[in-house]
Amino acid sequence: MSNQGFVDLFPLLIGLCGVLFTLGVIGVLVRRNAIVIFMSVELMLNAANLAFIIFARALNQIDGQIFVFFVMVVAAAEVAVGLALIVTIFRTKQSINVDSINSLKG
Amino acid sequence: MLESYLPIAILLIVATVVCLLLVAVGTIFGPRRKSFRKGSPYESGMQPIGPGTRRMSVRFYLIAVLFILFDVEVIFFYPWAVNFRALGLFGFVEMLVFVGILLVGYVYVWRKGALEWD
Amino acid sequence: MNLQVTSTDYLSILPPTILAVFAMLVLVIDLFVKPERRPGLAWLALIGFVVAGVAAFALINQRGTGFHGMIALDPYAQVLGLVAIVAGGFTVLTSFNYVRDRNIGRSEYYALLLFSVSGMVLMASANNLIIVFIALELLSIPLYVLAGFARPDPQSEEAALKYFLLGAFASGFLLFGIALTYGALGSIDLTVIAAKIGQVGSSPMLLIGAGLILVGLGFKVAAVPFHMWTPDVYEGAPTPITGFMSVGAKAAGFAAMLRVFGYSLHAIQADWVIIVAILSAATMIVGNIIAISQTNLKRMLAYSSIAHAGYILMGVASANQTGMAGALFYLLAYTFTNIGAFAVLTAMARPEGENQTFPAYRGLYKRSPGLALMMMIFMLSLTGIPLTGGFIGKYYLFLSAIEARLYWLAIIGVLTSVVSAFFYLRVIVDMFMREAEPGQEVKAVNYAPLNWTINLTALATFVLGVIPTSALALVQLAAKLLMGT
Repeated sequence: MSNQGFVDLFPLLIGLCGVLFTLGVIGVLVRRNAIVIFMSVELMLNAANLAFIIFARALNQIDGQIFVFFVMVVAAAEVAVGLALIVTIFRTKQSINVDSINSLKG
Repeated sequence: MLESYLPIAILLIVATVVCLLLVAVGTIFGPRRKSFRKGSPYESGMQPIGPGTRRMSVRFYLIAVLFILFDVEVIFFYPWAVNFRALGLFGFVEMLVFVGILLVGYVYVWRKGALEWD
Repeated sequence: MNLQVTSTDYLSILPPTILAVFAMLVLVIDLFVKPERRPGLAWLALIGFVVAGVAAFALINQRGTGFHGMIALDPYAQVLGLVAIVAGGFTVLTSFNYVRDRNIGRSEYYALLLFSVSGMVLMASANNLIIVFIALELLSIPLYVLAGFARPDPQSEEAALKYFLLGAFASGFLLFGIALTYGALGSIDLTVIAAKIGQVGSSPMLLIGAGLILVGLGFKVAAVPFHMWTPDVYEGAPTPITGFMSVGAKAAGFAAMLRVFGYSLHAIQADWVIIVAILSAATMIVGNIIAISQTNLKRMLAYSSIAHAGYILMGVASANQTGMAGALFYLLAYTFTNIGAFAVLTAMARPEGENQTFPAYRGLYKRSPGLALMMMIFMLSLTGIPLTGGFIGKYYLFLSAIEARLYWLAIIGVLTSVVSAFFYLRVIVDMFMREAEPGQEVKAVNYAPLNWTINLTALATFVLGVIPTSALALVQLAAKLLMGT
């Protein structure tokens, strides 16, 4: 993309990141399925990744893209642990609806 | 700069039109003879048994997660490979340490039997 | 490109590296020894904590940065690193019999503990927001697993899932905040941020970014209104792990928060002080008031840990050296006190039942006088009674709020401390002045490493309250060097 094109698009791109992030937050707050909640969290992380890349392009730095590498690796580790927890809880409860997971209350 | 999207727009329009046209031609001119065999999900195969959302064995999941974990680490090899000469011996040793840590994880997974199917 | 790696670079990551190496050793040795010898690996983990602790202590006077400013090497990092290491080491000691009795004593338990502490230590020395993020995940991911380690106990699994979902949610906020900060300032190196803010001042994007970082870290330290997960997770997790989480994760969260807000964003404090102050006030009020109505001691301590996050936030809100030194000292005192209190809870827990209701503690003095006496010290310290570490910490935090002219915050702090006396002293009254109901006489576990923990932490709580001079000098030096005046 030409530099002028990027400058024109920049506000839209940042807006896109904001929208994706907000969608993720709303998803976490309104959905009740643990997997879908987790997917929404991933959407939040990827909105941040996108923002890193856009800012890196705008600032003419490579740093932002390197950060994304680290975030991706960390997110993969989180996925592994998270899915394992969800599988374990499904085996005991036969459900991953967060409303039915409520033996702790007070 | 929007004009640079023009070829893509034309492609989209052409593709849509061609698709619709082909479907329309088939529906209008094609003969239609219904039979039991034709109505079944797989015309020349087994009848499906049970619901479509059958549960998978959890082993598939385990293999998939192990794959992702080791696969994603490869991401760090790319910048290192590109700058291999600039990083020199130091970079090489650092990467050996990194691979060594991954190997610890691999040995762990192996000895725990996570790679066995049964 | 300058690729020279000097000894400072290696020194700066020495303690977390030691912990991670020991964690890997525990994992690998476990694979190659006979099953009956595996419990001995807990001692290897303990050695790891001791070695890392010695390394952190030896580095306490070093100054500098490693890896192009990514890692800070300063007293601040080592003090908070030591807090996490001490918490981890004592958790190993309290875990022995708990995990053995419940048959969950796999070596992974100790390896995860080591990994988590290495994340906390890294967090204390992180001088770049991406390191903050990586360290946060490195400390959180093992904690998610540890919270669910008592599976198939449904409460433990549920605690793990809740902790995981909300923890991941929080790290999403943190990361987006970091991304916006990067966009606003073009760097996420905390030293560069501090320098740049002095020149360009604040901007809307930076403030949104800082706000999101505050939300992300607020979740980790359990500040109101981001505290919803705390009581459930603390109640469901295995008791030694609850003690560890309440101390280590909080110390690490505050390590990052104090460095980011107290140091990097110090120049624009006018923009954030009031928000942090309101968070602090809300946290103290909500934590202490809900704690009153709890019937389960583990849950009561969960709300108490929320309340204590509020006190420490007061030090952040003050944004002065007294506040930072006070917060560090408070974390130090709180670590010993809370680890000790949870060790007492662990001693009361039996595989048949956790026995964490108030009636189970009635007449404890008659059954195990030593345990009751130690619990009294911990409860007094949590209340903030003189001659305990908690008092000195609170004193400095209130002082810092007054120095920062946040009088209303200091008043709320004092009032909520008075309220907190109600539920802490209730435990003491139950233990010393009331008789157990027939059939409710719970016998505490008598196990040497557990007793060492309880006695040592009680001693430390007491020493920090009576002769706090050298610890105070240390935290003041750390605060002074970080805030640079």
